[in-house]
Amino acid sequence: MNLPATLPLTDSETGHRLDFLLVADMVEPGARVLDIGCGDGSLLAILRDRRQVDGRGIEISREGVSACLAKGLPVIQGDADTDLADYPDDAFDYVILSQTIQATRQPKVVLEHLLRIGRRAIVSFPNFGHWRVRFDLGFRGRMPMTENLPYSWYDTPNIHFCTIRDFVELCREVGAQMEKAVALNAGGQPMRVTLPWWVWNLLGDQGVFLLKRR
Amino acid sequence: MRFGADEPLMMDSGVALAPWQIAYQTYGTLNADKSNAVLICHALTGDQHVANDNPVTGKPGWWLTMVGPGRPVDTNRYFVICANVIGGCMGTTGPASINPATGEPYALDFPVVTIRDMVRAQAALIDKLGIESLFCVVGGSMGGMQVLQWAVSYPTRVFSALPIAAAARHSAQNIAFHEVGRQAVMADPNWRGGRYLTEGTRPSKGLAVARMGAHITYLSEMALHRKFGRNFQDRSAPTFSFDADFQIESYLRYQGISFVERFDANSYLYVTRAMDYFDIAAEHGGSLAKAFKGSATRFCVISFTSDWLFPTSDSRAIVHALNAAAASVGFVEVESDKGHDAFLLEEPEMFAAARGFIDAAARVRGIA
Repeated sequence: MNLPATLPLTDSETGHRLDFLLVADMVEPGARVLDIGCGDGSLLAILRDRRQVDGRGIEISREGVSACLAKGLPVIQGDADTDLADYPDDAFDYVILSQTIQATRQPKVVLEHLLRIGRRAIVSFPNFGHWRVRFDLGFRGRMPMTENLPYSWYDTPNIHFCTIRDFVELCREVGAQMEKAVALNAGGQPMRVTLPWWVWNLLGDQGVFLLKRR
Repeated sequence: MRFGADEPLMMDSGVALAPWQIAYQTYGTLNADKSNAVLICHALTGDQHVANDNPVTGKPGWWLTMVGPGRPVDTNRYFVICANVIGGCMGTTGPASINPATGEPYALDFPVVTIRDMVRAQAALIDKLGIESLFCVVGGSMGGMQVLQWAVSYPTRVFSALPIAAAARHSAQNIAFHEVGRQAVMADPNWRGGRYLTEGTRPSKGLAVARMGAHITYLSEMALHRKFGRNFQDRSAPTFSFDADFQIESYLRYQGISFVERFDANSYLYVTRAMDYFDIAAEHGGSLAKAFKGSATRFCVISFTSDWLFPTSDSRAIVHALNAAAASVGFVEVESDKGHDAFLLEEPEMFAAARGFIDAAARVRGIA
């Protein structure tokens, strides 16, 4: 199995990834969900078992697809950059892009498809504005490598990093309405919503957004 | 299984075929609630002997890698059925069978067969076996076409469907290859307008050429290169003749010769024709998605990277239609350089995907 694009933290009791549990909480029970870049199907399995969703997935790696099929998840081998155009409008209640947007060739186009295919979109991504990232680049003068972003610059699948603020700006540009926005700190815990944006952008390890077409 | 004059097979051509029979093999045991039946659909030149030694050739079953104890289609858990297609020549009624009206083999008087006719015949068999719904229908190539047709014709009788290296319609290029094969058979003077059985001849040369041509389409350039390259056959230099100098020539000749010993030439015409006519979307106003609308069947589609006869784009078209129809579908393209034939060979990725899909479906179905 290839390493995922990022290595987020897991819940010590269930072993589930904390960002997955947060995403799962955003999904209405019984909804139709498409998970793009679903990896080995962990999030889809959580959604099926905890939220009774009718879940589908797209995954680029064969190993990932096989793991999903073995979990009984209907997942097709495909590429977010090329295959989303084939899906009809409003085909799903939620389209999820978890820790994947930074690995796509055309993040803006992908986001537009998300908002077209789903009535709502959920996007999570590593925040490149986090202070440790800024420290690596600003003071050490090196491309950042963290626990969450373990790759060297030359072998990373993550080709389109953004900060939480950058993503908010992109949402504005494509006409997405933010219904929920959560930043997770380095411990994987949601940060207080009362904090100003610049704090999120500095201390947030990941951003998780629930979006709707405006 | 025999069907009498009162149980005709209603064919797409409008003919009511009677009497008729279907030859089949079964493996494993049907459970008490009859929920564990798996139907294997064979390809163009396959037969019902999927997991036992073939009585005609003496060779092992054609899909022992997929079907058997502990295999993805586990005969310890499932009741596996495989039947010879209508129009075939391994015991099911076909052009070599005796026409009761004349007392001679049907030859070209046999009605043209379609994939849907094959599936109708299988459904009649399943009825007789007392099975209401199949746990899984599995097949590669033409077998995969039957899997898709089963899901479209009898959506409530197919719990899960696994079409491998298949297509929802036969391409123009594939029809072209088939036509070359048929013309080779018909150009053989021993074909005698199809009446060779009555006249005591065999169009062996024509059928062998048809098989040689077709066999190339089942492989890939890479597989041919790896297996044969430009190597000479039992010689170190060209003989400056039209002898089989190259290994690939010798191999193809062998494939042709061994094929005619086990396959009926007219059956070859009929079964290739059935594939040519196959186009599910055409029967549903040109929309493949419409054909699968409302389907509760769980699908898993598998293709191979080097298959240029039934390329991945054909499988993706099926997947897109199933998605558009909101059906449950998994899809994986297996990396292989073995061409179309890969589905019959040792392909661990295919087995892993098939096993995962079937096991998961069995859990949902509650099969022990």
